[in-house]
Amino acid sequence: MRTYYLKPPAVSWGIVFPITWILAFYLRSPRDFAELVPGLIAMTALFSTTAAEAVVINFELRLGSLERLLLAPIGVPAVFLGKVLGGALFGLIMTAAVALGSILALGLSVNVVYLLMVLIPALLAFSSLGALLCVMVREVFEAQTLLNLPRFLMIFLSGVVYPVSAMPRALQALAKVLPLTYAVDGLRAAFWGPGAAAYVDALVLLGFALAFVVPGMRLLARRFE
Amino acid sequence: MNVDRVIQVEGLTKAYGELLAVAAISFEVQEGELFGFLGPNGAGKTTTIRMLTGLARPTSGTARVLGLDIRAQAAQAKRHIGVVPEQSNLYDELSARDNLLFMGKLFGVPRGERRRRAEGLLRMFRLEDRKNSHFAALSRGMKRALTIAAAMVHHPKLLFLDEPTLGLDVAAARSLRALIAGLHDQGVTVFLTTHYLEEAGLLCDRIAILVSGKVVRTGTPAELKRAAEGESVIEVRFGKPVPEARDVFTSRLPGAQVVAMNGHELRILGGDPAQAYRVVFAFSEEKEVAIEAVNTVKPSLEDAFLKITDLSPVAMTQEKGK
Repeated sequence: MRTYYLKPPAVSWGIVFPITWILAFYLRSPRDFAELVPGLIAMTALFSTTAAEAVVINFELRLGSLERLLLAPIGVPAVFLGKVLGGALFGLIMTAAVALGSILALGLSVNVVYLLMVLIPALLAFSSLGALLCVMVREVFEAQTLLNLPRFLMIFLSGVVYPVSAMPRALQALAKVLPLTYAVDGLRAAFWGPGAAAYVDALVLLGFALAFVVPGMRLLARRFE
Repeated sequence: MNVDRVIQVEGLTKAYGELLAVAAISFEVQEGELFGFLGPNGAGKTTTIRMLTGLARPTSGTARVLGLDIRAQAAQAKRHIGVVPEQSNLYDELSARDNLLFMGKLFGVPRGERRRRAEGLLRMFRLEDRKNSHFAALSRGMKRALTIAAAMVHHPKLLFLDEPTLGLDVAAARSLRALIAGLHDQGVTVFLTTHYLEEAGLLCDRIAILVSGKVVRTGTPAELKRAAEGESVIEVRFGKPVPEARDVFTSRLPGAQVVAMNGHELRILGGDPAQAYRVVFAFSEEKEVAIEAVNTVKPSLEDAFLKITDLSPVAMTQEKGK
């Protein structure tokens, strides 16, 4: 962990950016802020995991140290999954800090079981998405640029600040294929119910994780053919 | 597992699209040998290592490492091989000691044992005083030494060294060669790629010469030198640098290969020796430059390499300058 997670791209996109957004929304409307907490937690999970992937994958690709890992008796799938779990762990630390801070500061009540049931698959799905996109390019700046496309698209379409149900029908359809939509929905369920929604969202998020992991592993393997 | 033949390669080929990087090469490396893979840049040396270590998939052909098929049993083979890539790619942010411990962990060396081995390797590679320094803070020679140490932490039976002394100063390169010779003396089989002819001649039991992806000759350094026997080799040292000398001699000595050793010295391989002497003395008078020494010498490995590969002296000079 100490090798990567304090590198500037991880700090700026994985820590500073989500905190800045959270502060901006809080300062704009402190009274309505509690309503935004689930969305902002989900957004923190998205940014922290994907920013970490760009560092753990692209720094290693550039320095050749990823190749060194593959000289050990482990295969590409194990290395790829290791990177996904590393990003998810970094995301968990960041997201736990934001969630805990918001809950304590605003005195919110949350169902911890549902919270974890949604948050962990969400971290895995976002981390896998980040890993998939990062193995497509070599440099960290290329990865961060590529990641910004789905990240910003999801912030605006997945109900982080604006409810999906209030969006035009076409955008609602688009929101349904974005993993952040399910993370926001599941986290809302953990805070305000109904709990059943959390189960569905958790399953969909696990599906997204799998859908990103398989091609990601193949793309990484192709780099070493 | 046939341990006598540590590496068996048969028709190994690697193509990247239209580019044939390695073209159906075949060779064997015996247990305990220090085997050199010698060739100019771009000959396919690193691609061969990548295939033999499971980092690249061969397009065709077979390769067995320690008796294991490198395609089907790569993970098993990797447990017994150590690799020092051309680029020293340990972790900049970790200390010398922590890098070794991490590598030990990757290879499943038990905790207590890996600590003992890390300390032992730091002693062996004379890095004890720098064990807490970050990798990024080490000198190039120290980085190279630590990268070799990292490849030794799991006690491999076979060590791949890709251009181990590339970019090192003379003292660091000499010290590293002594370490490599020491590992060989301990019975480790070493597969060394280099484009430094002197290095290959000094260290290797046997050498394969690779040109444009093909193995053009294999033999001991003495056997390879015999390829240039019968050729005259004349060394000339002028009193001052004469950069134009190589081109002048090349044009005036048909059939000879002229290599500029440095600004002052030239080596003339082959051709008519009497004519070569005449051209040298005529050039000296013409350019009013003193001749400090002119000798007929025995062919070196470099001369043999030139003869075997037919690599142009210009290309050879560029190789040496890198």
